[in-house]
Amino acid sequence: MFEAVLLTVITAATPLLIAAVGELVVERSGVLNLGVEGMMIMGAVIGFAVANQTGSGTLGVFAAVGAGMAMSALFAVLVLFLVANQVATGLALTILGIGFSGMIGEAFIGVPGLDLPQLYIPVLSEIPFIGPVFFQQDALVYISFALVALVAYGLFRTRVGLVLRAVGDNHGSAHALGYSVVKIRFMAILFGGACAGLAGAYLSLAYTPQWVENMTAGRGWIALALVVFSSWLPLRVVVGAYLFGAVSVLNLHAQALEFDIPSQLLSSLPYLATIVVLVLISANRRLTLVNTPACLGKPFVPDR
Amino acid sequence: MAETTLSEVENKTVRVDRADKETLLDAQGLTKRFGDILANDRVDLVINKGEIHALLGENGAGKSTLVKMFYGSLDPDGGEIFWEGRKVSIGNPAAARELGIGMVFQHFSLFEALNVVENIALALPNPGNMSELASRIETVSRDYGLPLNPDDIVADLPVGIRQRIEIVRCLLQEPQLIIMDEPTSVLTPQEADQLFQTLQRLAEEGCAVLYISHRLEEVKRICHHATILRHGQVVRECDPTLETPASLASMMVGADVASVSAGDQAPDIGETRLTLQELSAKAATPFSTALNGISLELRAGEVVAIAGVAGNGQGELFDAISGEMPVAPAMVHLDGKPCGNKNITWRRKQNAAFVPEERLGHGAVPGMKLSQNIVLTRHSTGDGLVGGGFVSNAKAADLEKRIKQAYDVRMSHDDPEARSLSGGNLQKFVVGRELDRKPGILVVNQPTWGVDAGAAALIRQALIDLARSGSAVLVISQDLDEIFEIADKVAVISRGYLSAAEPAAEMTRERVGLLMAGGAEAQGEVA
Amino acid sequence: MRIELVKRKEHSQAMALLSPLIAVALTALAAAIIFLISGHNPLEALYKFFIEPLTQQWSLEATIDKATPLILIGCGLAVCYLSNNWNIGAEGQFVVGAIFGSVLPVLFPSFENVATLPLMLLFGAIGGALWALIPALLKTRFNTNEILTSLMLVYVAGLLLDYLVRGPWRDPGGYNFPESRIFSDAATLPEVFGGTMSLSAPITIVVAVVLAVVLAKTLKGFEIRVMGESPRAGSFAGFSAKGLTIFSFALAGALAGLAGTMEVSGALNQLLPSISPGYGFTAIIVAFLGRLNPIGIIIAGFVLALSYIGGEGVQSAMGVSNEIASVIQGLLLFFVLACDTLILYRIRITGQRASTGEASHV
Repeated sequence: MFEAVLLTVITAATPLLIAAVGELVVERSGVLNLGVEGMMIMGAVIGFAVANQTGSGTLGVFAAVGAGMAMSALFAVLVLFLVANQVATGLALTILGIGFSGMIGEAFIGVPGLDLPQLYIPVLSEIPFIGPVFFQQDALVYISFALVALVAYGLFRTRVGLVLRAVGDNHGSAHALGYSVVKIRFMAILFGGACAGLAGAYLSLAYTPQWVENMTAGRGWIALALVVFSSWLPLRVVVGAYLFGAVSVLNLHAQALEFDIPSQLLSSLPYLATIVVLVLISANRRLTLVNTPACLGKPFVPDR
Repeated sequence: MAETTLSEVENKTVRVDRADKETLLDAQGLTKRFGDILANDRVDLVINKGEIHALLGENGAGKSTLVKMFYGSLDPDGGEIFWEGRKVSIGNPAAARELGIGMVFQHFSLFEALNVVENIALALPNPGNMSELASRIETVSRDYGLPLNPDDIVADLPVGIRQRIEIVRCLLQEPQLIIMDEPTSVLTPQEADQLFQTLQRLAEEGCAVLYISHRLEEVKRICHHATILRHGQVVRECDPTLETPASLASMMVGADVASVSAGDQAPDIGETRLTLQELSAKAATPFSTALNGISLELRAGEVVAIAGVAGNGQGELFDAISGEMPVAPAMVHLDGKPCGNKNITWRRKQNAAFVPEERLGHGAVPGMKLSQNIVLTRHSTGDGLVGGGFVSNAKAADLEKRIKQAYDVRMSHDDPEARSLSGGNLQKFVVGRELDRKPGILVVNQPTWGVDAGAAALIRQALIDLARSGSAVLVISQDLDEIFEIADKVAVISRGYLSAAEPAAEMTRERVGLLMAGGAEAQGEVA
Repeated sequence: MRIELVKRKEHSQAMALLSPLIAVALTALAAAIIFLISGHNPLEALYKFFIEPLTQQWSLEATIDKATPLILIGCGLAVCYLSNNWNIGAEGQFVVGAIFGSVLPVLFPSFENVATLPLMLLFGAIGGALWALIPALLKTRFNTNEILTSLMLVYVAGLLLDYLVRGPWRDPGGYNFPESRIFSDAATLPEVFGGTMSLSAPITIVVAVVLAVVLAKTLKGFEIRVMGESPRAGSFAGFSAKGLTIFSFALAGALAGLAGTMEVSGALNQLLPSISPGYGFTAIIVAFLGRLNPIGIIIAGFVLALSYIGGEGVQSAMGVSNEIASVIQGLLLFFVLACDTLILYRIRITGQRASTGEASHV
């Protein structure tokens, strides 16, 4: 029982983790992309469609990453080149993504999907309990952890990461030192889009291998909240994602146990938990102020 | 003491005869255009090796544009730059640094959330291993008498230390030319002396310095040569040691600078209008300064100035006096009424007026017309601008015309948006908007910061005239020249402590400098 | 050759009027391309989408019915966005408003008199406002990001409605269908102008016009605009940022709640598990297309309402997916935001290398 619960937690947490770690990089560069939900749902539908048409889950995953990046590029053009309001543009991206995905996905409603192959790590997967939980997962679960490690190392141990953090902290100074703020932010936004697309692919290819309209169900927004929860530190995103993963599968297991709680209340737990967590984190003003990238959401227009 | 240190520096100076020195940088006919404005018009400039070269000019004369072209931040529209005799094109700051050009920015180019090593690594092409860089930073910074702790987070450091980071960052690149934009504006007089010694040493080692400053005294003391820009053109070159600050100023302005007159009669001091009693406030954010037991009395008819280096609590003090930051009621009294917890509108109704440091975005809404910006501070001051909840645009427009005429605010068309005005004109507007009310109490933070000489003189005179007409005026300023020009009493703020106000006639720059460097703090703690 | 953005010295009044029109034109162009790609005659589709609903009385009435909630919600959102409060949870405020507004007809069906309807509308406005006050208070008290909290509450509101109509509020005589009892006549919004439209339309126009006057002429309107553009200057003027956050959220919530109640009372006549085709989100687009100006929002509300009716039109006549409506809505918001750049910037095409300092280049 516990093993089964843990397995569902992992599958529920993985898309949140992937999307949040991508958005963390974007926000570290000083850009707030509220369109995670839109990029994610496009990843989900394109991933499903391509996998369905080609019969290859891997191709589906790549297509989903591409779709997320294409969406994020649209966002980048508006906020970086046309200096459009980041909040509104992110919303536009979400509305557009939900619309497009509904249109593309219409043909795939009710079509059975194909499951991503599980990756069994030899020997380790044989270990009782630990084996099935940690070493018999699909490839994307491992990739999600690799991503976190990569981002944590990249941000704090490499020059690229240093420059990215610098741009997010003070774009004026970075510009004065000769760094191209726009180029660096563009790259960060594309990375965030790729992650969101990947997270979407996980939903439609691994979590529930099928296409359902609006299947992201607010996960993109929860990923955004996770970034705040993590106070922009990659390792804390893991904690947050798994916490939320746990909350969101409560519904499933509580129903199995036939608790007399309205299912709607259980379904609303992840959203309520998000609010509670945001309140707890933001109430600590010092913590949030120190870690928030100082230029987050501010448009960059170099003066003469 | 400060005077002696300065003269020591001066005596040590070996005057460089320009002809003997090798040319380092030779700019010929540099031109830069922004839209309709010619920011630099065929500027010629020669910098020799080992020379401290002053670049002088009013705000808007084109100094920043010129040095940005040297540092690769801007591309010239015309003209050529020769570096050690070779024609170069400096496409970006990295290319400039590669040539050996370093820059210390006026507003710094630092990253508050990062530590000292990371800040420095960002300006180096190959910073290498971070711990090795850290030890190099420690060595070099100690060597030049500018010690730094590599692990400190910039946000926690005072301005003086931040400037050190900028300088050490340049030094680690082994530069041949360091460009410094208003470096002493954030330093105490004593810290400035320290900086001059460093510059002296650099020059002796053969490094050239291009030195931008509006403090003509120090230009005369430390610079070997001066180029003066006006309206984007080179108007004069001179040896500043042979000039006086007044003659340098008139070269910059192109006319004799109007001097501010405090009038002959002694100020007629009246009743106490504003009292601060043990005013304390915690720092609201990690980036702001706490206020510690500040006490002050401001009486009708006098100008009291608060001197201090930027970032020592001036903004917080202003907010507490204006009411934007509420404090305990007894900490602030207006005309004897406790009002620390009252809002700014209440205080304005008590005939107090306020002019904040930041013109655009605090004193005025950038995207709103001037007439709308008048409503901003005068909607409840009995000027009839608002009736029954409705704003009278016609009355606001009338006021706008009146202020424009009385304070010589120049604009390209009637009632433009605030953001389109130049710094000096906008400052005349935001000061004029309050003076027009004939306030009994006026509190101004940095009244002439970044303002051209003509506007500065007009504003200073207006402040004195207001005091002489019986109002109480409190001026918070970083500019010691300004303070000694207009103040009857001077207090000094340092790390959120305020020294006792002393008569300006008995104050010396040296004493102000010592108070700035922590004397105010010691005094405050004793009190 | 390069395209550069050059900052204007002041806002361009002409572009402020033109930019929504350019955005609509660009959206039509993009929509034509999408129709073309999906194998339909773009001109015919555009006609059916944007023009045909205006030619027949029934579709014109349907457009007005859809425009009404969009305009009402959009007006409230405009106040939020003007003052820099990012309320994106109007959909939830709409739903909770509808729930509050339905308390009387569902729980007290025998309470039938002239006060029924006014009380329902009042309850609806209060319900929406209360729901909107949650993110507002969290923002002012704990500095919590209102974007995320207001959005999360949309999901919670949806689930709350779902719970009610499937559980305690289910119609006892409704064969277990997830819906409330049908409202009595006293609880139904009357039709006006010879039955062409519900009373909600004139109410909405009155609200929009009053709000337009408040925003343009009063000190409150001035406060809202100042706070949005420069909170620091607003505090210098003596305005309270927290007070305005609470005011704007409460107002937007009240208007969304009012719209919700009028929707269930006028159009649906009962509570259903889903009562909105995304009005709360579409109203965000309406607010921006209307340039956050109530009069502009009236026009924008019609444009967006057309997209609902037109979407159904092209679906039934040409077999285009009716999801095309939300695609077009999303595109429209994109183009509106892109064109708004023209208000503060000029586009310049140059032959030479851009100067990095002056312009960001495309």
